[in-house]
Amino acid sequence: MKIHEYQAKQILKRFGIEVPKGEVAFNPKDALTIASRLGGRTVLKAQIHAGGRGKGGGVKIAADADEAERLARQMIGMSLVTPQTGPQGKKVRRLLIEEPVDISREIYLGVTLDRDRSVPVMMASAQGGMEIEEIARRDPKAIQIEPVDPLIGLRPFQARRISYGLGLSGDLVARATRLMQALLRAYQDTDASLAEINPLVVRAQGALVALDAKMAFDDNALYRHPEIRELRDPDEEDPLEVEASAHGLNYVKLHGNIGCMVNGAGLAMATMDIIKLVGGEPANFLDVGGGATSEQVASAFRILLADPNVKGVLINIFGGILRGDVLARGLVEAIRRVDVGVPVVVRLEGTNVEEGRQILKESGLDFTLADGMLDAARKVVALAGRR
Amino acid sequence: MSILVDQNTRVLIQGITGREGTFHARGCREYGTTIVAGVTPGRGGTVHEEVPVFDTVRQAVQKTGAEVSLIFVPPASAADAILEAVDAGIRLAVCITEGIPASDMVTVRAALRDGRTRLIGPNCPGIISPGKCKIGIMPGYIHKPGPAGVLSRSGTLTYEAVAQLTRRGIGQSTCIGIGGDPIIGTTFVDALRLFRDDEQTRVIVLIGEIGGGAEEEAARWAASDLKKPMVAFVAGQTAPPGRRMGHAGAIISGGHGTAAEKIAVLQECGVRVLQSPAEIGEAVEAALKEGARPVRARENG
Repeated sequence: MKIHEYQAKQILKRFGIEVPKGEVAFNPKDALTIASRLGGRTVLKAQIHAGGRGKGGGVKIAADADEAERLARQMIGMSLVTPQTGPQGKKVRRLLIEEPVDISREIYLGVTLDRDRSVPVMMASAQGGMEIEEIARRDPKAIQIEPVDPLIGLRPFQARRISYGLGLSGDLVARATRLMQALLRAYQDTDASLAEINPLVVRAQGALVALDAKMAFDDNALYRHPEIRELRDPDEEDPLEVEASAHGLNYVKLHGNIGCMVNGAGLAMATMDIIKLVGGEPANFLDVGGGATSEQVASAFRILLADPNVKGVLINIFGGILRGDVLARGLVEAIRRVDVGVPVVVRLEGTNVEEGRQILKESGLDFTLADGMLDAARKVVALAGRR
Repeated sequence: MSILVDQNTRVLIQGITGREGTFHARGCREYGTTIVAGVTPGRGGTVHEEVPVFDTVRQAVQKTGAEVSLIFVPPASAADAILEAVDAGIRLAVCITEGIPASDMVTVRAALRDGRTRLIGPNCPGIISPGKCKIGIMPGYIHKPGPAGVLSRSGTLTYEAVAQLTRRGIGQSTCIGIGGDPIIGTTFVDALRLFRDDEQTRVIVLIGEIGGGAEEEAARWAASDLKKPMVAFVAGQTAPPGRRMGHAGAIISGGHGTAAEKIAVLQECGVRVLQSPAEIGEAVEAALKEGARPVRARENG
């Protein structure tokens, strides 16, 4: 789960990391009040779940509170396009209004999970302000990485090694060491998947301030962090994806016209791949899970068909534990409840598959049965192409 | 032979009294697996599904000689269940549970360092040596004994691959679902090593997916250390970056973990990579006919 910059900064502040003074505004009037409180001259930052905001006009400087209000009027409601939002952009609904910070240098600092090492790693680079992926592409040696032993933690010597590597000296080394340990604590105590400060700013007088921050969290651990779960912003998510997750379905919307309904994540990805391979474009990823009850299948249909691009549906179920006849009855029942209106191709495999096919045939509903994944993909792409 | 488990394996089930545990204990036993004990704290001394239940894994091991544990404990307590199996000296723990927090698995991996216990999973279908024993949730009847070692991060996609093999008369030595999470106990390379040394295994099917670098690691290892033919499929060629595709581990992040990247490295390392998941059976049949693959000389250093 992702959160906004201002929320990440509130968390970091709780762990003792200095952030610029600031507050979030939901409308221009808030912006005026907050900017006045901060002394007039302020930075307005659009809060969306995507990076590269500066490039798209999502960060503006106001000379005084009146200008802050004027700028907020332009920014709130605008569709912000950044390299990470896609061409349609993201609607801005919240602004972070902050005091300006003098900058003598910018550093990158981040903690994330290293899957290959199976431990968290502290990453740092003297080239702050740039996306870490960008630094990794251009100059991988400019990134320092210290693995964190889960039983020992980040040792001060490791933090010092990073600090010296960043070219810090004097008091700054001790301050940076404390900050890195605080960042790691923020990451671990909240079950984050990413805690990133970019840039971390060294002020003229030597203070370290998190000028921008990004945090994301492990969905599997949200159950033990109700306070983090509350930070979820449904406006940032696709409404169909929100509905799908409420029904226990894994759904990711894409831009093609073949809706897919599959049990199992790997098989669902493979189904999308084979649709593409035969010349079609998948409209979504949808994993109905191993169980796939008729209620779930019905909600899955509603979600698939709510996407107006969908011109055909491919159902690919490998009934292992679940029997084919039970699945087929579930499908028939679900389709009777939903007005489908597009061709549906079904590929059933597994236990009692013959009985399952028989039930589908006898239902009187308009299914096209397929034999194998390739046949199914070809059939659905051909049927959708005719519409 | 087969790897890790066979007809003599003595299995205990952690979480046997739960709905999943009960259902799959029955399924495994019907397949022929020897289930000697169950563990559910607070239910010690009872009998469930004709299996004696113990309060702790240690008691179960002492009383029954169980050596492998199949774990169906809910996500919040699953890491603790794995650690309890490790503490009791279980040789192989197979954790089916989906949804374990990644930080819990970081701790578990640290506890597995001394190497006494191997973990398969979590978030996996388990392991089966066809005709010998099934320790997991896969449908047993689609399998048959034979020469193919199957290795996968997925569940139903593995069943798809196995069904294609069986339909062509190609049986399997052992099939392992290593799990769809970002942190898992047994990696592709760990399992490949076992398949390399197994006489029954003559061809290997590797089913990967987007996210992480396990497929690349496997490819590089195979380039220098594996003579047996290997056929691979990587799911998620059409997956968008930055989105989690069902499995917690199936995500392209920071531009890394794409299917294209993995396919390129596998091909460079001489592994036959399939474009279509429908071609697995056919490709394995061809690979069995062709036999050994060329092995690259180890690079110096």
